[in-house]
Amino acid sequence: MKIKGRVFILKDKEGNLIKDIDTDQIYHNMYLHITDIKEMGKYCLGNLEGYENYPQLAQKNDIIIAGHNFGAGSSRQHAVDCFRALGTGCIIAPSFGAIFKRNAINSAFPIVECPLIEDYIKEGKLSHGEIVELDFENGIIRKEDGAELQCKKPSMVQVEILKAGCLFEYGKKAK
Amino acid sequence: MGKTIVEKILSSHSKDEVKPGNIIWLDIDVRSARDFGGPNVVKHYKEHYDSEPVDNPKKTFFTFDLVAPAKTIKYAINQSLCRRFAREQGIKVYDVGYGIGTHVLMEEGHILPGKTAVGTDSHYNIVGAIGAFGQGMGDVDITFVFKTGKTWFEVPKTVKINIKGSFEYPTTAKDLTLYILKHIKTEFALGRAIEFYGDAVESLPLYGRITLLSMVTEMGGIIGYVPFTEKTVEEVKAFTGRDDFEVFYADTDAEYEKEIEIDVSGLESQVAAPPHPHNVFPVSELKDVKVDMIYIGSCTNGREEDIESAWKILKGKKIKDGVILSITPATRRAYKKLMEKGILQDLFDMGAIITNPSCAGCAQGHPGMTGEGEVSLNTSNRNFPGKQGKGETYLVSPEVAAASAITGRITDPREVL
Ligand code: SF4
Repeated sequence: MKIKGRVFILKDKEGNLIKDIDTDQIYHNMYLHITDIKEMGKYCLGNLEGYENYPQLAQKNDIIIAGHNFGAGSSRQHAVDCFRALGTGCIIAPSFGAIFKRNAINSAFPIVECPLIEDYIKEGKLSHGEIVELDFENGIIRKEDGAELQCKKPSMVQVEILKAGCLFEYGKKAK
Repeated sequence: MGKTIVEKILSSHSKDEVKPGNIIWLDIDVRSARDFGGPNVVKHYKEHYDSEPVDNPKKTFFTFDLVAPAKTIKYAINQSLCRRFAREQGIKVYDVGYGIGTHVLMEEGHILPGKTAVGTDSHYNIVGAIGAFGQGMGDVDITFVFKTGKTWFEVPKTVKINIKGSFEYPTTAKDLTLYILKHIKTEFALGRAIEFYGDAVESLPLYGRITLLSMVTEMGGIIGYVPFTEKTVEEVKAFTGRDDFEVFYADTDAEYEKEIEIDVSGLESQVAAPPHPHNVFPVSELKDVKVDMIYIGSCTNGREEDIESAWKILKGKKIKDGVILSITPATRRAYKKLMEKGILQDLFDMGAIITNPSCAGCAQGHPGMTGEGEVSLNTSNRNFPGKQGKGETYLVSPEVAAASAITGRITDPREVL
């Protein structure tokens, strides 16, 4: 699977990727009573300082880049679903919170672990707004000028669930 | 090659080869959903499985602990949706009066040492305190487990934390936990299982183990274990009301990804300042911070022993004017014990608010929030921005919470003893 989209970088005032962005910053627990995914998009990143207006800025297929341990915190599926609601293409980070990672995989939302991304951005090799293509199965970010960054390849389960469409469909075949 | 504790428990619940990095199918003993996540589980279930029966209603539970009782119509509708589904399926509901789900499921003898359990609660790994494997999961995951009784799982690597030295009261398990967090942040153990060794942790009573292992979530870990002592076995029998369980220990030749040693000799009370649980300072460095609200409770520090310990410091003293102190026992059983000992009466007479067992003041959206500019001390496990309202949240032990209630600022308990 290939995802082509705009790079959207979550960084702090010093220009570093924001680490440990937790699920309350992604999707605040004030809105947990919402069960309709269509309603969730407007609260996406709503409690992350500097990015509260992300839902207005969001474009389909955005490739969001964040720091270590993205999605730390609670088990809320909303934290993944709010991105799905906005049509986000993928999230790339050096590492993810364990539950967020499972939730993303199970709902066939692409996330890619990329230990090198922090330095890559620090060195100015990738900037906000650039259009890139992600080769999901191979974990490669490809820039328009042809430069590539190798990230971790997704696991078999992750690829298979993505192909099946969701955990439920995958589960029917797996047993 | 020997196995770590998590590898042993997973091996006893899977036909696949349990090796770090492998993805296995795991049999799940206990599956639960709460009033958060639960309604979505029901929604997914109906959409994908219609009215087919769940895998095993006897192993499936709902626990309502977050907004308990419901405070808005939306929450009420969500809870009644779960209740109706539970009736149709023959699933037991531990309803709004029981307390925090994981605690209740342990107390009621459903989750036992050596067992596997999952639910829509990111602190489900708290059951590591009784030697079980537990994992918080999202509603898609839990729906699948309701239906099939199993899930896929990536076997985590295990890391080892050796605790050196010892400390004295009023330094307690919470201070130890915060101090460990300060050292390892979320980097050392992200996605790993943790085993803790050393006298200071192995001598912890069960309620102290609950405190430490509940915050493995904040360490980014999958699950944590402190090897059982004979005393732990007895405590777990009394706690769960069961003795038909197997306790797993690591093999001497088990393989650990990495090890770290942390010296806690003479440790004083610790405080986690906003915005992260690992932003930890000795209490003496924050003693000028004025406090508006204090909350004692949560899955981390809501056991009867935690509240009793706070009461011992408060006894015979006065809560500082202008400070709001709320106390929430983790479960109905903890509440009853405190009531029988007269402790709740005492705290009530001092002016404390005693709420029904639940998650109460742990997070925004539950009762007990702060306004802008206000400072709250909380014995729970997270102080992320906006977590408990507009104000700032500091994480403390029940002992520091109690001492600070007397003075109205962050206080070393030794000052008021
Ligand atoms: S007390 Fe807080 S952290 Fe613990 S289960 Fe309840 S909401 Fe979660």
